[in-house]
Formats: sequence, structure tokens, C-alpha cells
Amino acid sequence: MGPFVPELISDQLNLVVALVLGIAFGAVLEQAGFSSSRRLAGVFYGYDFTVLRVFFTATVTAMSGVLLLGYFGLLDTEAIFVNPTWLVPAIVGGIIMGTGFVLGGYCPGTSVCAAAIGKIDAMFFIGGGLLGVFAFGELFPLYSNFYDSTSLGSIKVFDSLGMSQGLFAFMLIAMAVGAFAVTTVIEKRVNRALAPSLEFKSRKHIAAGIGIFALGVLFIVLPDRKTHLINIVSDVKYVASHPVAMMDADELAFRIVDREPNIRIIDLRSTDTSMSHVLPGAEKISISDLFGKDWLPIFSRRHVKKVLVGMDEAQERTAYLLLQELGYENMAVLQGGFDAFDKTILSRGAFTPTGSRWDADVKVFREKAREDILKLIAENKNKGAKEPKKTKKVPGGC
Amino acid sequence: MTMNTKYMNPYLAGFLLGLVLLTTIFITGRGLGASGAIKSIVVATVDGVASEHAEGSHFYGTYVGPGKDNPMKSWLVFEIFGVLIGGFVSGLASNRMKFVTEAGPRIRPKLRWLFAAIGGALFGIGAQFARGCTSGAALSGMAVLSAAGFITMLAIFGSGYAVAYFARKLWI
Repeated sequence: MGPFVPELISDQLNLVVALVLGIAFGAVLEQAGFSSSRRLAGVFYGYDFTVLRVFFTATVTAMSGVLLLGYFGLLDTEAIFVNPTWLVPAIVGGIIMGTGFVLGGYCPGTSVCAAAIGKIDAMFFIGGGLLGVFAFGELFPLYSNFYDSTSLGSIKVFDSLGMSQGLFAFMLIAMAVGAFAVTTVIEKRVNRALAPSLEFKSRKHIAAGIGIFALGVLFIVLPDRKTHLINIVSDVKYVASHPVAMMDADELAFRIVDREPNIRIIDLRSTDTSMSHVLPGAEKISISDLFGKDWLPIFSRRHVKKVLVGMDEAQERTAYLLLQELGYENMAVLQGGFDAFDKTILSRGAFTPTGSRWDADVKVFREKAREDILKLIAENKNKGAKEPKKTKKVPGGC
Repeated sequence: MTMNTKYMNPYLAGFLLGLVLLTTIFITGRGLGASGAIKSIVVATVDGVASEHAEGSHFYGTYVGPGKDNPMKSWLVFEIFGVLIGGFVSGLASNRMKFVTEAGPRIRPKLRWLFAAIGGALFGIGAQFARGCTSGAALSGMAVLSAAGFITMLAIFGSGYAVAYFARKLWI
């Protein structure tokens, strides 16, 4: 599951990856004609809409890819870098950059690309850029408060607009296809004989446009992965046809007391219910945390039995089936939920004899187990809350 | 040497660019960028020439100092070096290598250089406030559906269109 930084790819290797990806980036930019300031500026005057076509297409492609990879569980969308919003600085910065774009004819990435093939104006652009950043750095105290103002965090655009992710994706794709159609017409009008879009074969392009639009419609109905999987495993028929492995309270108690290394207790209960005891060695993991990369090292060990402890058996069963759907093996549902364990082992409750010949032994066992386990629970409490082992979100930005 | 200006179909190029960006996000968890590399170069230079000044500054200080890596050892610096190589190879392969200044028909090259430098400076400054440029903030941001990405993109292109009329002598 991506991203592979920092677990599989070290910081050093990441630099090599950056170089390779940069080469691809530069090559594509140059092939698209972004090494020409006249071509880039054309978007603002209507004689060449290449910038819009490339930009919009790239955005739609990458965004669709991220959504699809996330849906299929190939990319951990919680771990990727989402650039945070400083509202007013972003707008002011954008205005300054837009002015610089029209005056300079480049943006930083394209200027490097153009300079690589000999464009002298691009070299002046880069020089200006270095001086600009230097001036900014030297005068920083003048606006450092402004620089940090109106911070809204890593908010997503569809949240700000109050719509679902899928709906926004569709609208963006629809706008892109519409923009392509409109700008092609404008370009032909502005240019008459020399429009770049005259090189396009209409039918193929219109067909592609319709295809992309259809993809956009798909996104509206594509639910996000978590909801989709939770819906599947909550369905009554699914639950009925998928048996789960059970473990009863006595067995769990024995394994705790025996300090068995090959079990892991997964505590699904929400934090406010943990006024009650936390079993020794338990990991506090909520159902929504099951999807990402965070706990993959624990879940993927097949020889370790993951015992699911929740408020009730239904919650444990949902988690069990989810983990199974996600491809993990060797889980067990605690019979009767935490409640049953509490009543049977932890509380000095009345022992209900079942009439079997083992009753006396079970009673003694439970008394002893109760002492031991309560001691372990107390020890763990003193050790302090275990730090949740969250995968680091990837740092990014410019 | 005739300059080959037969560029790739922009939709194809956009698709490929989108794939490069997607691959980047998939492997590294972050997007592409450019302005950050320029910032790193400036920070490294200032640190090299006047390290005490750099360490004491609010702006440079977060990147330099004892125990911190050389600012040039950054993801974006390596990436932008790749962009240089990639652009070069592409230009070479497509027979577009030439020392030339691009300008509109009504402007002389030297004036174009001045405006290119001014444009670059403005981009350098603006990218600091916006925490990125068209590649890093806008393109990569929009791919992950961040609000910042769309806000920055709209601001860049909105103001570009607003200023375009006054700058028309540069291009048309």
C-alpha cells in the first residue's frame, strides 16, 4: 500500500526517486511546449490554450488516480501530504504569482525546463526568482505575522464547499471537459489559420471527452472505501454467511495469565467507555483505523491471533469481517464482548455452576485469573498510556 | 538549425504529466514542486555566505543551524535538477536546442529580459506566501483535493487574466 516513504524508502533513496521523477516531469513539460514563454502566455490572450489543456488534464488524471487507488486500498490517503491552507497569504501570493506569470512568461518549473534548452529569457526569470526569494527572506520580519495568518489547516476543497468528494470530482471533470470545448472554439476564432487546436482530430477528441465525462459520473456514485467496506460487512446476509472464530472469556483469561506471546488484544471501544479496565497489552484501535497502514505490522502477522474486544459482539464481528475483507487472517471474536469478560473474570461475581465436573476447577481458575489480571491492568496503568503508533504523515510542500 | 515546434498533443502531455504526478504521490506521498528548490538554493547560499545571519533569521533559521542537514539536500532540489536534465534530453531529442529569447512581435529582447526577471522575482515572492507555485501548490494540491490548491490556482490565473491586458505589448 502506497506511499512507500518512509517505511520502505529511506530519506536518502527518496532523493534519488525525486531526481528520476523530476526527469520525467521535465521531459513531459518540454514535450508539451512549456519550454516556450510565448506558448505559456498564450492562455491569457486566447491564442494558445495549451496551458489550460495540459494543466486541467493533468489535474483530472492525477486526482482520478488518487481517488481510484484510495478506493482499491492501494494508497493510504490519510498518509499523503495535503498542502495546508493559509487563506489570505494563499490569495495574495497567488495574485503576485499571476502577475509574475504574465510579465515573466514562465512559472518556476517551466523556467528551468526552458533554460535547459537555451531560452535566455528563462534564465533571467530564474535569476529574478532567486533575487525575489532573497529579498523576501531579508524583509521577512515586516510581514511574518501576515505570513502565518488565517491558517485553516489541511482542509479539503469539497469540505469547504460542503459537498461530497465524489460530487466535487464529477464537477471538476465536467468543468474540464467544458473548458476544453469552449477554449478550442475561442482559439480558432482568435487565431484563424494558426490555431494549435486545428491539429486535433475532432472525432477522437470528442470521444475522449465523453469518456472522461463518464468517468466523472462514476465518481459521484463511487463511495469512499471505508463506507463501502463497512456497508458490505454490515449487511445481514453477509454476516449470516461468514462465520467468525470465537474465543470465550476463560480462554482469553488463561492466555493473558499465561503471558502467551502470540496473541494481541485489539480494543475497539471508544475512549469514553474506557472508564472501565483496559486489558493488559491491548492496542486501542477504532474501526476506522483498520483501513490504513498504521496497524498493518500487527494485523499482517498470521501466527499472531488478533483478539477483538469491543462493547458488544456485533462491533467485534464487524471488525473481524472487515479485517478479513482487507485480507488479514487469524482473528477471534471475544464471546459476549468485553461485558462478558468483565462479568466472568474481572468482577467478583457469583459463579454460575454449569453442572460439569470441571466446575470447581473453573471457579478456582477464575478467582486466580481475576487477581492476576487485575494486577496486570494496574501495572499497565502505571506505565502510562501507550503512544499510538501512527504512521507519520508524509511531510511535503515547498 | 530549424527549430522544431511540433509539440506533443497537449491532452496527451497532460495525461502523462498527471501520471508522473500520480506516481510521485503513490511512491512518496507528496506531490511535485519547483519554487521550494529556488528557496533552498537561496537559503543554502545565504547560509554559506553569512551563516550567523541565516541562523538568526526567522525565515532562514528554520532550515539552517547546528544538527540540520544542508538545505540543498532537499527533495525538491533533487527533483528540479531532474527537471533540468529531463527538459534538456527532451529538447535535444526534439531538436529544440537553441540559445534564443522568446518575445512578442512588438518588444525587443533586452526589454523581455527585464520583464522576465521581474516576473521571476514576483513568482519567487508570491510562492513564499502561497507556500508553493503552479506545480507545487496548485497542481499537486488540486490532485489531492486540498482547498489551498484550488484557491492558489484561481488566484494565479485570475490575476493573470486581469493583468494580461496591461502586459499585452509583451506578447501580442
